[in-house]
Amino acid sequence: MAITFTPAATRHSDRGGPAQPMLIVENLRKHFAIKADRIGQPGQTVKAVDGVSFAVAKGETLGIVGESGCGKSTLARLLMQLMGADDGSIVFDGDAVGEARGISVKELRRQMQMVFQDSYSSINPRLPIRDTISFAPIVHGMPKTQARALANQLLERVGLDPRQFGGRYPHQLSGGQRQRVNIARALALSPRLVVLDEAVSALDKSVEAQVLNLLSDLKDQLNLTYIFISHDLNVVQFIADRVLVMYLGRVMEVGPVEEIYKRPRHPYTRALLGSRLSMDPDERMATPPLSGDPPNPVNPPSGCRFRTRCPFAEDVCAGTLPSLADVGGGHQAACLMADPRSGHSRAGEFVEESLPC
Amino acid sequence: MTDSTLPLARIEIERSAAVERGYWRSVLGRLRHDPTTLVCLGLLALIVLAVVFAPLLAPHDPYATGISRRLKPIGTAGYPLGTDELGRCILSRILYGGRISLFMGTFPVAVAFVIGGALGIVAGFYGGRVNMAIMRVMDVFYAFPSVLLAVGVSGALGGGMVNGVVSLILIFIPPICRIAESSTTQVRNLDFVEAARASGAGAWPILRTHVLGNVLAPIMIYASGLVSVSIVIASGLSFLGLGVRPPEPDWGLMLSTLRPAIYVQPWVAAMPGVAIFIVSMCFNLVSDGLRSAMDVKM
Amino acid sequence: MLTQIPTQLSSIVDVDDLTVEFHGREGTVRPVNGVAFSLKAGEVLCILGESGSGKSVTLRALMRLLAPDRTRITGHVEVAGHDVLKASGRSMAALRGSTISMIFQEPMTAFDPVYTIGDQIAEMVAQHKGVSRRAGRTRALEMLELVQVPSAKRRLDAYPHELSGGLRQRAMIALALSCSPRVLLADEPTTALDATVQAQILLLLRSLQQELGMAVIFVTHDLGVAAEVSDRIAVMYAGRFVETGSVRDVLQDPVHPYTRGLLSSTVHGQPRGTRLQTIPGSPPDLRMLPPGCSFEPRCGEAIDRCRAAIPPPYTLKSGQCVRCVHAPQDLVPAE
Repeated sequence: MAITFTPAATRHSDRGGPAQPMLIVENLRKHFAIKADRIGQPGQTVKAVDGVSFAVAKGETLGIVGESGCGKSTLARLLMQLMGADDGSIVFDGDAVGEARGISVKELRRQMQMVFQDSYSSINPRLPIRDTISFAPIVHGMPKTQARALANQLLERVGLDPRQFGGRYPHQLSGGQRQRVNIARALALSPRLVVLDEAVSALDKSVEAQVLNLLSDLKDQLNLTYIFISHDLNVVQFIADRVLVMYLGRVMEVGPVEEIYKRPRHPYTRALLGSRLSMDPDERMATPPLSGDPPNPVNPPSGCRFRTRCPFAEDVCAGTLPSLADVGGGHQAACLMADPRSGHSRAGEFVEESLPC
Repeated sequence: MTDSTLPLARIEIERSAAVERGYWRSVLGRLRHDPTTLVCLGLLALIVLAVVFAPLLAPHDPYATGISRRLKPIGTAGYPLGTDELGRCILSRILYGGRISLFMGTFPVAVAFVIGGALGIVAGFYGGRVNMAIMRVMDVFYAFPSVLLAVGVSGALGGGMVNGVVSLILIFIPPICRIAESSTTQVRNLDFVEAARASGAGAWPILRTHVLGNVLAPIMIYASGLVSVSIVIASGLSFLGLGVRPPEPDWGLMLSTLRPAIYVQPWVAAMPGVAIFIVSMCFNLVSDGLRSAMDVKM
Repeated sequence: MLTQIPTQLSSIVDVDDLTVEFHGREGTVRPVNGVAFSLKAGEVLCILGESGSGKSVTLRALMRLLAPDRTRITGHVEVAGHDVLKASGRSMAALRGSTISMIFQEPMTAFDPVYTIGDQIAEMVAQHKGVSRRAGRTRALEMLELVQVPSAKRRLDAYPHELSGGLRQRAMIALALSCSPRVLLADEPTTALDATVQAQILLLLRSLQQELGMAVIFVTHDLGVAAEVSDRIAVMYAGRFVETGSVRDVLQDPVHPYTRGLLSSTVHGQPRGTRLQTIPGSPPDLRMLPPGCSFEPRCGEAIDRCRAAIPPPYTLKSGQCVRCVHAPQDLVPAE
């Protein structure tokens, strides 16, 4: 069928050229203050995102994984400028966001869009889905008839027949269909970067596969760059080019997906990967790779955030905050064992553990 | 086109007949299966028609007194509901009085709906200091019992219908504002408002497209329940001599002036009360019916 | 339908032709349509299905936890010799918690937020076993230690909200097991947990089951969870068991097209850049089920016979039981 939808890259100029990363995040920080329970008690802070830096190259998919409370959803909202960061900078295709000679927040929101996890609360229940999709283009000045036509094209593109579905309300759709609408809405402004915050997590497996296929198709057709946030390591392994592992607001490890999955250097990454279930009754897990719960993000441990659950923790881990150290192959880990000069007794010694992949 | 479109569409066509309905049409559909609400709506419609066409329906002039026919009982020839202490036809006075009473029931609520709703939505949507300023003022009004407040305001402004309406509007603004504020706060925190913000939309388009549609229904349901309260309080004001003045026919005022007759013709004296009861009951039941009909899964 | 799973004398749960209907203002929903199975003592059955398949409703019907005014349950359910659907409300209350017990996805639904964990377990024990509160408390401590809650003594006096997600889940398991039930029903108990915590809880449940010799019915949508804990798997679709069999047979040699689709669409080590095999469409509306096989509209192998009538369960050589008209071909040995 004839889809006259222009690929994103031709709409917004590729300002920085192919070598310029789509997004550079430098030392992003967001702390939330919690009011004291009792008078006289000092208030506490949640260090939701605590000095996170990374870059996303054009056309790649960066997977962000981590458990609840690791700050991945806060990070998504900071990137979308839905909340203000306490510190740090975001550079979109070479332009600093919100700075005098950079890119304005409004313009950023045209080029970067987000797909939310909860397909129930993320679509207005009182609007036909066609109007939900055409809302953003109309806000940005597109005439109504044109915006409706665009909404129809987008519905078609995400696999929903516009004549049949355009006038429907969200409660008349299944979870998978609503998530397709969510994706169509995010594409309505022809963004170049899409942040997918647990976009397939609430879906049933058979529907999840449909949506993942759709996301790969859209990425190829529209030349998109994805930030794919998920707690599902299998899905991230399938869809991401590079992976960033977060724990209590900090980056633990980042690198190409094969590197991270085959040669994880951080004990936390190793534990996460070891917690995956095998789907093979003959290869059942014998012992859990990690004990205890992730600590409360209120007042996290000093030094390395992971040291309270880490089997290799030493005194030095409590005193030093590890920074990302290069371990080769575009792979960085924030572990004192990865840094030969850290003073950790196993520093520099690579714990080679074969992981079933 | 994705791999799953065609079979998906096929299944959907089979299902579509049942689900292809808009929100308001589905509300109407549910209302159709709710006999209580339908009966009440019908009764209200009849009452409104009767009141509007009072000149055609009323058997007598509501102001025409007659010493010889004072306090006739119900069923008297020509005076189906009897006569009052001045010999005026009760039926005619109830029909004409309904004009004022229904007006006093709906108009103040409608005005308070607009003012209170707007204030509440603004407070809920902007939050922070704006919310603080608006809601604390509302709390001051809230501190007084509503009837006392109405009596106080009417007393201070002096009697008369206009002042009665003003005082009713004043007492209905705070509760409507509070409902509007809480439902707006709820909606504002949902992801679809966040998504609208992420698309670069300003406050007004978000309010108009995403917030209003979701908060008007609960505010409207609440306000419709206030109509009966308004009728009762307006009647009370007239009863105290602070609202409508005699000889205007008004249900509350009629109840007040018929008070002495309660020992002579108790049923006749109760008639205006019955009218108030029926109308407020209907509004309450319709409001309940709307609440359950509008309550759809998000 | 009686022959769906060979019934044995030692079975502790017997379900036959179980159907559940919900009557609501939007019409009648049929989440369970003729489920039959039996479970031996000490056996773990996983009911595997996607949302809306009726797996949780089946579980609740076994304990009669569905609102009686809007629900109609028919068929036969027998748990440890008690006829659950005919039992009085009183005897049902005595049965729940002591003979048959349940754990949930969200532990906060099992606990009262205003009482401490210890008090609630003690109360439960005191009620069912008729012992003193003091003895109940001793039992509560024992149970918390059994589920490996660190510093159990201190946690006895904790309120549910004071515990982290994983500990709360452990406390709920302690509560459910405190009266030594013979059957444990588990409704997605690890779905809301983080991966590292899920692994711990699954292993805990597995070792407790072996230690205590309970029969467990485990409801999940996650193939990985099913592979980890179950002896047998029942795959549920639109209120029916479409395939049952041993965990190995079902996961390694699935026969029903739905089971096969589910396995191939689950992301698990597929090479990057390939397309995932998906099941097209979405599950049927439980208010109007097709007259034939419920999976037929989404099935790539559907033939006219599928639309005519609901396929009966065929028992294959492997012991798998499959409701698919194509299944009888597998009755013939492959060689």
